[in-house]
Amino acid sequence: MRFIFKLSYDQDIRLAKHSGHVFWYGLLLMSLLLAPWVLPAYWSTLITLTMIYGIVGLGLMLLSGFTGLFSIGHAAFMGVGAYMQAVLTSMGWPFPIALLCSMAVSALVGAVVGLPALRVRGIYLAIATLAFAFIVQEVLVRWESITGGNRGLAVGMIDLFGWKTSSPTVFYYVCLILTILATLGVLNLLRSATGRAFVAIRDSEISAQSMGVNLARYKTLSFAVSAALAGLGGALSAHMLRFISPDQFGIVQSIDLLLIVIIGGLGSVHGAFFGAIFLIATPQAISLAKDFLPSALGQTVGLQSLVYGLILIAFVLFEPMGIYGRWVKIRTWFELAPLYRKGLFKRQKSFQKTERLK
Amino acid sequence: MSTGNLLSVQNLSVRFGGLAAVSNVSFDVRRGEVFTLIGPNGAGKTTVLNLISRIYQPTSGDIHFDGHCLTAMKPDAVAGLGIARTFQNIELFEQATVLQNLLIGRHTRSHGNFWQHLLFTPSVWEDERAAREKVEEIIDFLDLQHYRDTVIAGLPYGVRKVVELGRALCVEPKLLLLDEPSSGLNTEETNDMAFWIDDIRDDLGIPILMVEHDMALVSRVSDRVLAMNHGEVVALGSPAEVKAHPDVIEAYLGKSQDVSTLRRRRP
Repeated sequence: MRFIFKLSYDQDIRLAKHSGHVFWYGLLLMSLLLAPWVLPAYWSTLITLTMIYGIVGLGLMLLSGFTGLFSIGHAAFMGVGAYMQAVLTSMGWPFPIALLCSMAVSALVGAVVGLPALRVRGIYLAIATLAFAFIVQEVLVRWESITGGNRGLAVGMIDLFGWKTSSPTVFYYVCLILTILATLGVLNLLRSATGRAFVAIRDSEISAQSMGVNLARYKTLSFAVSAALAGLGGALSAHMLRFISPDQFGIVQSIDLLLIVIIGGLGSVHGAFFGAIFLIATPQAISLAKDFLPSALGQTVGLQSLVYGLILIAFVLFEPMGIYGRWVKIRTWFELAPLYRKGLFKRQKSFQKTERLK
Repeated sequence: MSTGNLLSVQNLSVRFGGLAAVSNVSFDVRRGEVFTLIGPNGAGKTTVLNLISRIYQPTSGDIHFDGHCLTAMKPDAVAGLGIARTFQNIELFEQATVLQNLLIGRHTRSHGNFWQHLLFTPSVWEDERAAREKVEEIIDFLDLQHYRDTVIAGLPYGVRKVVELGRALCVEPKLLLLDEPSSGLNTEETNDMAFWIDDIRDDLGIPILMVEHDMALVSRVSDRVLAMNHGEVVALGSPAEVKAHPDVIEAYLGKSQDVSTLRRRRP
């Protein structure tokens, strides 16, 4: 069991709280750096995809897990980012600049969509974002001169200021760098006043307000940052798939993104990546399992949706804190063994919480 | 400590539909005093507090604080001016630790914009250190060391009450609004609360406007008391004066001649 003696405030502010963090995250980084050289190409493609969904999940986590605003239309921001990237790169813009512009446009759209969040909350906000997602999808279908409508749009290869490459390994490293930057950015936000304002809004709007948090400003900001990350993920997935069409950014995709944050564990940065791993790994596992299942079950069309649905229900019922919550419990068990007790993570109900002023 | 009016409320009224929750209330809070609002349930005390912290919009009347007119301001701007508050039914950030809750209290005192926070520049580091230093002062002041890293959801009610007071103090307010600081506390905790209220006024020099039911606590800490009933001012003065005021007694206990109506008529 690790005891941490705090000798300076910096220890609390630092991202790596102790040597264990440095070691394990260093190890993770090393293995990710080596992965394309060691693993088969198919595996590194899966890791790339996981990182892309991790970035999008991170954005949605910031919005839903940390600011408490739910969006069932987050794929639309991915769509905005992806189409922006496709159009800009086809005009010959270099990859990094096009990427920044796609993020900026997504952020702008996110800020506009965030406007209803200033008035409505909970399920009503979710419906507003859902409506927005349908609007975006419809625009992508109808605006054929730019988006190519339902025929879709081919996306060029990465162009780093004249150096063009379609190598999956280079793309892997680009995604890795962007994932690290996005994660560090989110972690920085969360340990600063901005992140604390987000959490304050999630837990009690009324008291956030009386602590001087400008609700309108921070809700819009949260939407904008979240949409920018979704746009980044969308732009990367456009380059990865080399082809985009409106149906990739529909309601099913949005629900997949919600799965990431809920199964990963609401309110944790780890959760976004656990969720992304789950989202990418499950279909693989299902297709592997198909060979062993009786053909009547294995060849069923909706098998994947069924398994997803069951897993989601199981998580909501038995582990609302998601994979991250389960991970924390397992870690605590090992840290405290043999002193771990069963009710350690049980929280008492928040009692006497008034709805009077809401 | 300079004297004079810090907060001045003039002819404040608010109506919710047909209900006049507060009508024509005027009072001043001076620098360096504890000013208490008392009154029976539903008298409009908490409403006055909510009007000052701008959660409610007054129907008419003015609120001036330290040279600013509050009536045109938003709730978050009021906090920026230096008015911090606690709530009757504790509104803490449940899923965060005590330390994080107190740090949110530093929100109005934090510097840096979004981009600086995103990059966590050296000035943000410096700012974070300063925030933690202040928070530790408050933790020491309120004896919360033991609970520093505990999540609020796991804390007993009495401690939450103190944490909420601490969070308000972290704002470094010029005026502290306390909504029933002793409700739900046992005798010992109420005693502690009285000491802290004294210390906040005398040592930290922060004037307090509070709503309170516990008359022992009110008499002990208050400099002046305003009694309300049915949204109107009944009496204003020192605790002893207000307690002895016939209208206040009437508000709590009813008129003496009312008793005759209760008597059984003799045939």
